[in-house]
Amino acid sequence: MDLGDIVKGSPPPAVVHKPKPHDSAAKHMTGEAVYVDDIRTPAGTLHAAPGYAPIAAGRVTKLDLDAVRKAPGVVDVLTADDIPGANDASPKGIGDEPVITPERIMFYGQVLFVVLAETRDQARRAARLARAATAPGMPMIDVDDAVVADSTVLPDYTFERGTPEDEIASAPRQLGGEFRIGGQEHFYLEGQVALAVPGEDGDMYVYSSTQHPSEVQHVVAHVLGLDSNAVTVEVRRMGGGFGGKESQATQWAVIAALGVRKTGRPCKIRLDRDDDMMMTGKRHDFRVDYKVGFSREGGIRGVDVTFAARCGYSEDLSLGVVDRTMFHADSGYFYPTVRILARRMRTNTVSNTAFRGFGGPQGKLFAERMIDHIAYSVGRDPLDVRKANLYGGAGRDRTPYNMRVEDNILPEIVNELERTSDYRDRRRALAEFNASSPVLKKGIALTPVKFGISFTLMHLNQAGALVHVYRDGSISLNHGGTEMGQGLFVKVAQVVAEEFGQELDRVKITATATDKVPNTGPTAASAGTDLNAQAAMAACRAIKERLFDFIEQEWGVGRDSVQFREGKVIIGNRAMDFGELAELAYRNRVSLSSTGFYKTPKITWDREKATGQPFFYFAYGAACSEVTIDTMTGEMRVNRVDILHDVGKSLNPAIDIGQIEGGFVQGMGWLTTEELVWDSAGRLMTHAPSTYKIPTASDVPEDFRVALYESGGNRADTIYRSKAVGEPPLMLATSVFSAILDAIISLKPAVMPRLDAPATPEAIMRAIRATGAGDP
Amino acid sequence: MRDSIRFIRKGRMVELRDIAPTALLLDYLREVEGSTGTKEGCGEGDCGACTVALGRIRDGKLTYEPVNACIQLLGQVDGCEVVAVEDLADRDGELHPVQAAMHDAHASQCGFCTPGFVMSLFTLYHSGRRAVSRPEVNDWIAGNLCRCTGYRPIVDAAVKVCRSPPTDRFATASADTESLIGFLSDNEDIFIGDSDRFFAAPASIEAAADLYEQHPDATIVAGATDVGLWITKQFRDLPKIIHIGRVRGLDHIGDTGYELLIGAAATYAQVEPFFRELDPDLGELLRRLGSKQVRACGTMGGNVANGSPIGDSPPALIALDATVELRKGRRVRSMPVEEFYIDYGKQNREPGEMVIGLLVPKMNASHIFRCYKVSKRFDQDISSVMGAFRFTVDDDGKISEARLAYGGMAAIPKRAKQAEEALTGTLLRDSRAWSRAFAALREDFSPIGDHRASVRYRNETAHALLGKALIEAAGTASNRTRVVGHRVVA
Repeated sequence: MDLGDIVKGSPPPAVVHKPKPHDSAAKHMTGEAVYVDDIRTPAGTLHAAPGYAPIAAGRVTKLDLDAVRKAPGVVDVLTADDIPGANDASPKGIGDEPVITPERIMFYGQVLFVVLAETRDQARRAARLARAATAPGMPMIDVDDAVVADSTVLPDYTFERGTPEDEIASAPRQLGGEFRIGGQEHFYLEGQVALAVPGEDGDMYVYSSTQHPSEVQHVVAHVLGLDSNAVTVEVRRMGGGFGGKESQATQWAVIAALGVRKTGRPCKIRLDRDDDMMMTGKRHDFRVDYKVGFSREGGIRGVDVTFAARCGYSEDLSLGVVDRTMFHADSGYFYPTVRILARRMRTNTVSNTAFRGFGGPQGKLFAERMIDHIAYSVGRDPLDVRKANLYGGAGRDRTPYNMRVEDNILPEIVNELERTSDYRDRRRALAEFNASSPVLKKGIALTPVKFGISFTLMHLNQAGALVHVYRDGSISLNHGGTEMGQGLFVKVAQVVAEEFGQELDRVKITATATDKVPNTGPTAASAGTDLNAQAAMAACRAIKERLFDFIEQEWGVGRDSVQFREGKVIIGNRAMDFGELAELAYRNRVSLSSTGFYKTPKITWDREKATGQPFFYFAYGAACSEVTIDTMTGEMRVNRVDILHDVGKSLNPAIDIGQIEGGFVQGMGWLTTEELVWDSAGRLMTHAPSTYKIPTASDVPEDFRVALYESGGNRADTIYRSKAVGEPPLMLATSVFSAILDAIISLKPAVMPRLDAPATPEAIMRAIRATGAGDP
Repeated sequence: MRDSIRFIRKGRMVELRDIAPTALLLDYLREVEGSTGTKEGCGEGDCGACTVALGRIRDGKLTYEPVNACIQLLGQVDGCEVVAVEDLADRDGELHPVQAAMHDAHASQCGFCTPGFVMSLFTLYHSGRRAVSRPEVNDWIAGNLCRCTGYRPIVDAAVKVCRSPPTDRFATASADTESLIGFLSDNEDIFIGDSDRFFAAPASIEAAADLYEQHPDATIVAGATDVGLWITKQFRDLPKIIHIGRVRGLDHIGDTGYELLIGAAATYAQVEPFFRELDPDLGELLRRLGSKQVRACGTMGGNVANGSPIGDSPPALIALDATVELRKGRRVRSMPVEEFYIDYGKQNREPGEMVIGLLVPKMNASHIFRCYKVSKRFDQDISSVMGAFRFTVDDDGKISEARLAYGGMAAIPKRAKQAEEALTGTLLRDSRAWSRAFAALREDFSPIGDHRASVRYRNETAHALLGKALIEAAGTASNRTRVVGHRVVA
């Protein structure tokens, strides 16, 4: 082969854009993949189990732990008095989330004490033996309770443009409504778990199933009164996160570390599933009140909406979560005048937290419901009203927070999906079916997705990586992102392999650890790949810079004539193994290790003024769902789903399709079968998979067509022009909710059914009854 | 008498003498063996992450069944081959065909549920089914929850791997395994422990009944799909366990031509084909009862005996006019299933008396049977309301008898006697009689509201289910009245 020819021009990427399997796929299959509970524990490891508050509000007046201490296998009991530093696990360090509550009880299930025993079973059994005398207060359980009491965790916050009340009043048509959006339990298959092992000098090594190792590190240090450099947190992988391990993993890691501090022995805590569901935060549930003014054709003139979110007992991440609800209250629609008011209600329930979409899905669900409401009231197909209100056209590109939508491809995506899903023909067929079917009714809906990518807390938009090349040319990769199943590790490894022209298996992916890459943000906001792959690429390029210099010096060949490809380094018309070059570079005292750093460009956000460009770009998509409902029982089946989703130029189509399908099904669960129920005393009644129902295989439509939108790539300068994909697909599932509304409305056209989410059989029946449709 | 349990692991016999009565299979695998591939996701048999395969001889043939190790008593695996996820790949690391198919289909993301899916699909692979459909796979994995993938690639992998007959080393070694299992199978009563604390697995009904009569405070375990949760979730101290899974003949299902005799140790999986033959709705009821894992262990006898107001089989059995057989020592008696239920948590059963079987009358041409289960999720969920209805219609089209039984509507599974009366003697298509029956339902029941359903929804659904049964009985095809469980497959 003539090497000279090969060097001309840039070769097509060999590793990125390819459907590579998840890096741990084979180990997942064989059971060899190690999760925190699978780590061989050092001899003498203790097991911790929490004892919890038996009321939702009030005080503990006396905590009798004698029986607990005397129980078999119990070595010690931790109470608030055992905390040497700050008794606070809150992400912002504002002191509103005690690790172990000293006295005041803010929700049913709050940790009162922790048992340390020789076995997990002994610890759990002993935790039941405490006797707590309490002075109960009057709990606020749901949003309404908190609204009545005007109880909030943060001040109200508003986006406003123009005078929506005037526009609504003067519009040809007006309507309004109120509805409820339920929360969601993450149901990561691996529950919360941490193992802490003592080191020298009081140092602490913590294995935690967390999306945010740096935060666990900082909080452990803070609670134990240590410097951050005394605490190392490691996470190789999580058995699912979905936002539920962004801030919620911290408390348990801290408890394990406290166990070590108290006893000097390694300490593990793995929450029982029921305890996990009762004690950790969930997706925020909402009450939404809205008014909208529009033209006779359904063109929106003004929107006035109030979101009231149940935040739970503490602030946690509710600032960012509910802000994102507001950022997505437009879905993909232009509101000429608008007021979006969000209230963050404080209740005596577990503190709600991040969950895939981070508040965005609730904002978007409101928008789709409002559009459906408008469409039914003007008697048009909801798809036509959707299309009429999409961003686009002169002067129709400003979001309610005053950012210009510059990369809008929704009209193209929606039109293409309308065609490929046969929407119009199926709409007609469905009307015929409904006309001749008294019990079963079908509905169809096509809804868009537009999701802003970047953390709206600006400082989180940074990432670090650490890359080593060894003398044999093998590569070690580390970065601040965590792997929870989303395929981050393989995508970043693909980028690194591409940089050095190596096969993927030459890149060793190593566990995320705070002593390798410090001061990281959470793996969240769909931004894991965008941030960490760029940081890793920067690290690779720093090493390559040194290699280029070395090559020039050694062989007098300029960088333009050097390529890293197919496992080789091509230097002018000479080729050598990458390992050979690495060895030579080493012998010539060239550093083969580098850190890399990345910060997202362009973004700005002034929350005070509610203006700026909080998002680097938007990810888009659309879904068309068809359902059948049983109007006697409210049972519902999803018949068919078509999805067209924009991932820019995919880094890994197999991983991206997995995110799209999995996100859709998770969103469908949120809006259909997954119902959280608290009783009036504040006890969660649905605290196990026996009572809380995530989708099973048969809930997934047999006819499930998923396609990636063909585009030239992200218009923003992202890694290989790809787009973030973790969260946006979850919102494709609002098409199922709208399709259910569509089926219900066939019973009594023009009467908007009051359907709350989740659309359980009971909720569907309630909506049917509310339309006044006849009994069976 | 044997004071140990014996089972097969990785081709070798394991014998354990000192097991706690309530020791669990999952703890043995993870903590004693260190086989951490098998995961705990929920500890109550609902997520399937802990699924392992049990090999045993069924109908003379080596059969692999999936079970939830988290609620399987260790003692229950006596006589079985236990296969866990680590055992599948070759020693040189080559993936098992099921694992390879899953791997190639990108069927794992976080990977935590994956071992459970692999093991469920391993049992499907060995089930003898070929050309499996997606709905069949969905049923097979209804007891495995995945929160990441959305299931599509897992189902793809299952469909693909089941195209050809099994060629793995379990298939190659099946003759050896069968003879090993044969070697382990004996007629010895197992008794481990002392009279205060024991695990017993008698081999005969006499020994089981005598032991229970001596120890009326013991806990009878058939499948442990309920008792397992008493251990993992309620921390009940269960010092005395009598496992009836080894009792010779107690898992037998007999067909006399006019009735089925179902032994108390017969699993749902064993009952399923018989019930499907009685009526398609009964097959559908069992298809949706629990999951493959639960049906592989759980028994209808246990479902009746534990007296839950929301058990799925009792309403059907009551509508079918089934009888329950009880035994205490040498005394055997029987009663209609409906009379077995007295009040919440209270059954017509004496201390030391155990359920040994069920008698289920078959139906004839004059019978019309329907049953429906309404739950938040179709698969592996507990009923909000369940209705089972048997109408006897004479030649004139009159309803001569109506048996309307409900679950979820009272503290016990219960007949709607007043609604039955409103229909009895009326013409099947007499809509005024229907209305009277609907109204009477409100007199028959005053259900409670809970996290599954409100009072109002329960009442409305009880009404709707009877309405549906009558509409269908009057001739409307079920594909026009139901979203799932159509009686006629197109």
